Amino acid sequence: MTQAVLAVQRPVSPTWQRLRDAFRRHPTAIVGVVVLVAMVLIALLSPWLGTVDPQAISPIQRLKQPSMEHWFGTDTLGRDVYSRVLYGSRISLTVGIAVATLSIAIGLAIGLVTGFVRWLDAVVMRVMDGLMSIPSVLLAIALMALTRASVGNVILAITLAEVPRVVRLVRSLVLSLREQPYVEAAIASGTRLPLILLRHILPNTVAPLLVQGTYICASAMITEAILSFIGAGTPPNIPSWGNIMAEARSLFQIAGYLILFPGLFLSVTVLAVNLLGDGMRDALDPRLARRM
Amino acid sequence: MIVYILRRLGATLIVMAVVALFVFSLLFLTPGDPAAVIAGDVATADDIQRIRAKLGLNEPFLVQFGGWVGRLLHGDLGTSIFTNLPVTKLIGQRVQPTVSLTLLTLVVAVLIAVPLGVVAAARAGTWTDRLVMGFSVLAFSVPVFVLAYLLIGLFSIRLEWLPVQGYRPLGEGFWPWLSHLILPSLALGTVYMALIARITRAAMLDVLAQDYIRTANAKGLAPRAILMGHALKNAGVPVITVIGIGVALLISGAIVTETVFAIPGIGRLTVDAILRRDYPVIQGVILLFSGIYVLINLLVDLSYTFFDPRIRY
Repeated sequence: MTQAVLAVQRPVSPTWQRLRDAFRRHPTAIVGVVVLVAMVLIALLSPWLGTVDPQAISPIQRLKQPSMEHWFGTDTLGRDVYSRVLYGSRISLTVGIAVATLSIAIGLAIGLVTGFVRWLDAVVMRVMDGLMSIPSVLLAIALMALTRASVGNVILAITLAEVPRVVRLVRSLVLSLREQPYVEAAIASGTRLPLILLRHILPNTVAPLLVQGTYICASAMITEAILSFIGAGTPPNIPSWGNIMAEARSLFQIAGYLILFPGLFLSVTVLAVNLLGDGMRDALDPRLARRM
Repeated sequence: MIVYILRRLGATLIVMAVVALFVFSLLFLTPGDPAAVIAGDVATADDIQRIRAKLGLNEPFLVQFGGWVGRLLHGDLGTSIFTNLPVTKLIGQRVQPTVSLTLLTLVVAVLIAVPLGVVAAARAGTWTDRLVMGFSVLAFSVPVFVLAYLLIGLFSIRLEWLPVQGYRPLGEGFWPWLSHLILPSLALGTVYMALIARITRAAMLDVLAQDYIRTANAKGLAPRAILMGHALKNAGVPVITVIGIGVALLISGAIVTETVFAIPGIGRLTVDAILRRDYPVIQGVILLFSGIYVLINLLVDLSYTFFDPRIRY
């Protein structure tokens, strides 16, 4: 009871302070951050972490089980899986971060405008409804089938599949924010629309978008792996976690490590992003925190 | 009610029209010559020209789109570039494995996930709750195919309890059919279960905080009766909604699962079509899956009145 009273009396804390409080309450979020920092370091420092050229082919060394010499074994072409997995982290992290940033930016722009311009709203939302009714992996598959395989195209394809959900979120935020007295006051005093968006609406979308962004990052990394796994993603010559596992598709009975190591790295990274996202959501959206 | 159903049907038709327009215009929106991309790197100019003609790329956009929609409405999804067979026929041959897999997964996942969510909500804050929530975060983080290989490694290769891969039609007996679907369903259903359990828990927590639950407690009703009779029924709307939305996970997951387990279903057809860049087949599959997805969510919308009589259309 006392605690509840105290909580009510405490003034609304700024975003970063709420984040810090939440991380203190959720040690798992800290674990997520630590793992992510480690992954980023691995991606940046992969040339100096005891790796060899991830593309170097060595036919004599084909399909060797993990050993002291090849920590994660070798693949069908004799390439060192440890090096490939470490270098692969670059692709997953790039795709995850790029898709999250791009889809938030595009979704934010479309959502802000449609939230304020009525006639545009109806048209854009029908298009978004249509896009959202195509399961996102399928949509990305369709795009990849028509373009040449490249990391850039993978990012664009997954971004396009994620944008409608961001637009939805931003639009719903804008629709409730524009009814707020301070926005009505700004409109009444003749503030121009771009300024209203920039000054009154945009700052209020930051917290939910930050949370949404981490979840998009997590799902983009999984989607990239799925696309690469079924042969519609990152070009086969670039080592990505999905690609390493794709090559193991027909070999998993004799070379399970080809799935195990990249799969483990991918799962742990995605888990870390999800834990970070859960921690941020609890910090920035106290209403949801109680329930989820 | 009737007016509402008609309006929802209208909205659904618009959505499907947008999907059709989008899937069709992808051929034109993508940079470069789609015919050249579909033909692949070793294609000759003749090959590309043949594909251009087959896809009708030489005609104006509106003529092409009109013709395509017209055929679509007659149930013609076009012809596969690779096999020269009608896409509807190719899909038709593959329906049974995919329907078996997704339907079995859906039913089993719902039967497990909803009780999990209810228990987690009833014991919120305890270790049971944390276990369920932990499972759900973990399940969101492991990709379907990694989980699939882990399951194969454990249950098929190490323990030899279940077949590694393949599919047996239901006509060859119930057990052969089921035994080939247990692991695929488990792999496919895990993330779906995590999603449903999570939302069920959240919805139940909301309902359990209501006054009528306190009243039911106060009048001495058994906790189980309160949970099932009062709480779960009132938490029905968000739960049924997420069951509908989650079907997207099943559809995407089926493509991967069928690849890992060598199940000759529509998902496998899709992957083969991607590798051969057989765009008419991809188009057909996307339209079919999106149509089913939209239809399921329409049914979900219409079922709200059953769970919550306060909702009137």
